[in-house]
Amino acid sequence: MARQIGEVILDLQNVSLAFGGVKALTDISFEVREHEVRAIIGPNGAGKSSMLNVINGVYRPQAGEIILRGEHFRQMNPYKAACVGIARTFQNIALFKGMSVLDNIMTGRNLKMKANIFQQAFRLGAARREELEHRAKVEEIIDFLEIQHIRKTPVGRLPYGLQKRVDLARALAMEPQILLLDEPMAGMNIEEKQDMSRFILDVNDQMGTTIVLIEHDMGVVMDVSDRVVVLDYGKKIGDGTPDEVRGNPEVISAYLGAGH
Amino acid sequence: MFAATAGNTPGGVSAGLDTGLDTFPRLLLAHARTRPDRPAIREKDLGIWQSWTWAEAAREVRGMARGLAELGFKRGDRLAIIGDNRPRLYWAMCAAQMLGGVPVPMYQDAVAQEMTFVLLDAGIHIAIVEDQEQVDKLLEVKDQCPELLQIIYDDPRGLRHYTEPFLHGLEELLVAGKILDANQPDFLAQEIAQGRPDDVAIMLYTSGTTGKPKGVCQTHGALIAAAEGGCGFDALTDKEDILSYLPMAWVGDNLFSYAQALVAGFTVNCPESSETVLTDLREIGPTFYFAPPRVFENLLTQVMIRMEDAGALKRKLFHYFMAVAKRCGADVLDGKPVGGKDRLLYALGDLCVYGPLKNVLGMSRIRVAYTAGAAIGPDLFRFYRSIGINLKQLYGQTETCAYVCLQPDGQIKLDSVGLPAPGVEIKIAANGEILVRGPMLLKEYYQRPDATAESINAEGYFMTGDAGFLDVDGHLKIIDRAKDVGKLDNGAVFAPNYIENKLKFFSYIKEAVAFGHGRAMVCAFINIDIGAVGNWAERRGMPYAGYNDLAGKPEVYALIQECIEQVNADLAHDAMVADTQIHRFLVLHKELDPDDDELTRTRKVRRGFVAEKYAVLIDALYGGKTSQFIETEVKFEDGRKGKVSADLVIRDVKTFAPARKAA
Repeated sequence: MARQIGEVILDLQNVSLAFGGVKALTDISFEVREHEVRAIIGPNGAGKSSMLNVINGVYRPQAGEIILRGEHFRQMNPYKAACVGIARTFQNIALFKGMSVLDNIMTGRNLKMKANIFQQAFRLGAARREELEHRAKVEEIIDFLEIQHIRKTPVGRLPYGLQKRVDLARALAMEPQILLLDEPMAGMNIEEKQDMSRFILDVNDQMGTTIVLIEHDMGVVMDVSDRVVVLDYGKKIGDGTPDEVRGNPEVISAYLGAGH
Repeated sequence: MFAATAGNTPGGVSAGLDTGLDTFPRLLLAHARTRPDRPAIREKDLGIWQSWTWAEAAREVRGMARGLAELGFKRGDRLAIIGDNRPRLYWAMCAAQMLGGVPVPMYQDAVAQEMTFVLLDAGIHIAIVEDQEQVDKLLEVKDQCPELLQIIYDDPRGLRHYTEPFLHGLEELLVAGKILDANQPDFLAQEIAQGRPDDVAIMLYTSGTTGKPKGVCQTHGALIAAAEGGCGFDALTDKEDILSYLPMAWVGDNLFSYAQALVAGFTVNCPESSETVLTDLREIGPTFYFAPPRVFENLLTQVMIRMEDAGALKRKLFHYFMAVAKRCGADVLDGKPVGGKDRLLYALGDLCVYGPLKNVLGMSRIRVAYTAGAAIGPDLFRFYRSIGINLKQLYGQTETCAYVCLQPDGQIKLDSVGLPAPGVEIKIAANGEILVRGPMLLKEYYQRPDATAESINAEGYFMTGDAGFLDVDGHLKIIDRAKDVGKLDNGAVFAPNYIENKLKFFSYIKEAVAFGHGRAMVCAFINIDIGAVGNWAERRGMPYAGYNDLAGKPEVYALIQECIEQVNADLAHDAMVADTQIHRFLVLHKELDPDDDELTRTRKVRRGFVAEKYAVLIDALYGGKTSQFIETEVKFEDGRKGKVSADLVIRDVKTFAPARKAA
């Protein structure tokens, strides 16, 4: 394999998160290595989405630390997360429904735009040049995810599976180092899942992006990920390669069910 | 310019052959000299139309030829080409021809197992393919094809980790080839000089409605003759733009996007992907366009669906002006006399309806559009002509370079395919079969002297297998495949295609298969068009869960029944076919699909196969049952298999008393 899994890039240490009396996450530690695909699995309400929300700063954990490439963050916020190269997609697709696919993906370039609002409003030289560069990057992503045919279509008119792909495209437009995917395959049929799995692996392989994903479909998780963290009731009950996790008795009883 | 000199005479046909430009590589180099800066080919990539001039194209082809030679490709070798219409794949065809080899374009959507037949039959050593998808398919069957030695891919995406030593990127091949060519230009010059017009230029496999596919060997001379004839006939110049989106393995694409483009020197445009064709069509605005009837039908269906959803005023305007167009549109196009009032109304209609409509369809600039491959519904044909699109029919097959009959401007008959093309002779055999002779005939079927002997008779006529006749003006009319024309019990002539085409003109009916040979009456299978019927159901607030569910709804049956009754009424008018009205029908539970071998890759029904596969349904139709259970295996695109089953309802249809034989 050409893709080399590298050093620890993201390290979560003893993270705890509570909403009032409800403990969403309790003392969770795990790390993510560069270029790997790391899955977080667990039953409903296990705290998977909370975990992602902690990583990109939507929630502030009451305890614990996030260490990103050696830099300690007591707490993250979404803007800071975006600036340091963390992008994400959402379980319930967060796109501008009335805007075209192209424009939606362009919004992913927002942080990388340097021209000021006046230059942009009047399409002055610098803004134009910049827009062309961004457009070229966006077109590469469109080509990569094979969505040329819907480039000009308003997102609201697309079927669900394609909206998910556009959501991924928007996240990729940030050229992130770490990509957080929140149930990228929820609600998809088999063919769409296969496509999405292929795209996730391609992103990881060809762009070298580190991927942290939450997924329900065990088959998918076992196929695409290098290592898996298992959560249950806000606690970490397993961590390791898909095979190790599959063999872990605690995981089996909590999640996979006794029958497996 | 050939187009200007070729003219519409049999004498003009051999203009290229007279000037020494008698092979495709020679034509390419001639264009690179005479119009080096004109665009030869464009491709939409990363959202932008990239173009290559003739000089650049020639350079690329030379580089590729040199690279292929380095890989060991020799005179007489066959080169498999698999992928969507891409400039580099067209160049690969020419590169193979430069070396005296034979390109064998293959259907890119065929599953791996289907490819083995052609790979083995043609004895392919080297294949040039588009992308990972095609590479994977070839790797899957490589063990079965020991002769396949090298695979070259164009798009490297996803292939980085493939370590097979016989797998090469086209990019490397090109770079190496270009350096070699620059250092040693004589090598290719010598190879090109050895080319002769009666060398085989291409091998195209027939789609196989009858038996195993056969490799049709066409020579440079035959294709160039057909291309020159066609260019002269329609006065095509180097200013034309054509959109190349039909499979490269199909003879039509070879004639229009390759042979004619190289003869006339016009520009070929490759769409971004197969899904963006309609957008790309609009952006390019081709002046010369080819599409099978199915495409025109789909476009019209979409227009009609959108009109149904449009506001009342727009709908009224549309229907009013379409009525005007129906009355006088075709005459305006043919330059026939039209009354002043109609002329004015038509001009107004052009302003508010036809013009914008053509623009939306990407057909504003079209000078000549052709359709062929199947009979086109007269109403469909009339629709396009009436809004000012010069749509014409042609007739031909792989064995004749798709060049037998063409409809001349101004002499369009709805139910004929036109006059014999320049240089082509037509004869009708005693059994009604159409026989053709001319410079465009195949050299042979590859390694099948038996089949070659069977299809070309002692006088050198090719037996088309189609039944037809020449009318009083010398126009050819096709009735059906000669072998499909059957007889009912009572001796009435039964031409299934003729009936099916009438059915398929209804936008609700996508596919139909009529049975009746040796039976007392005609019965039919129907495939509904999920787009059109789905929209119809939605507008009625009818929920459905997919094709199978929708097809079984009683409302849908009633809708289809209405269509069939109209066809019956129509058939009753014509004494020749009045006996072949449809008595009973059913709507199939799944769409007929080439993946399940029910259709050919060019989407023609494989009648025999369908009859065999669904024998139980045919028995039910003729056995007077009112419903029949069926379970069918289906293949998904990724090769997996599944099952669909349904209880199919069978309905009787009203038939009409034949019109008295007064007409």
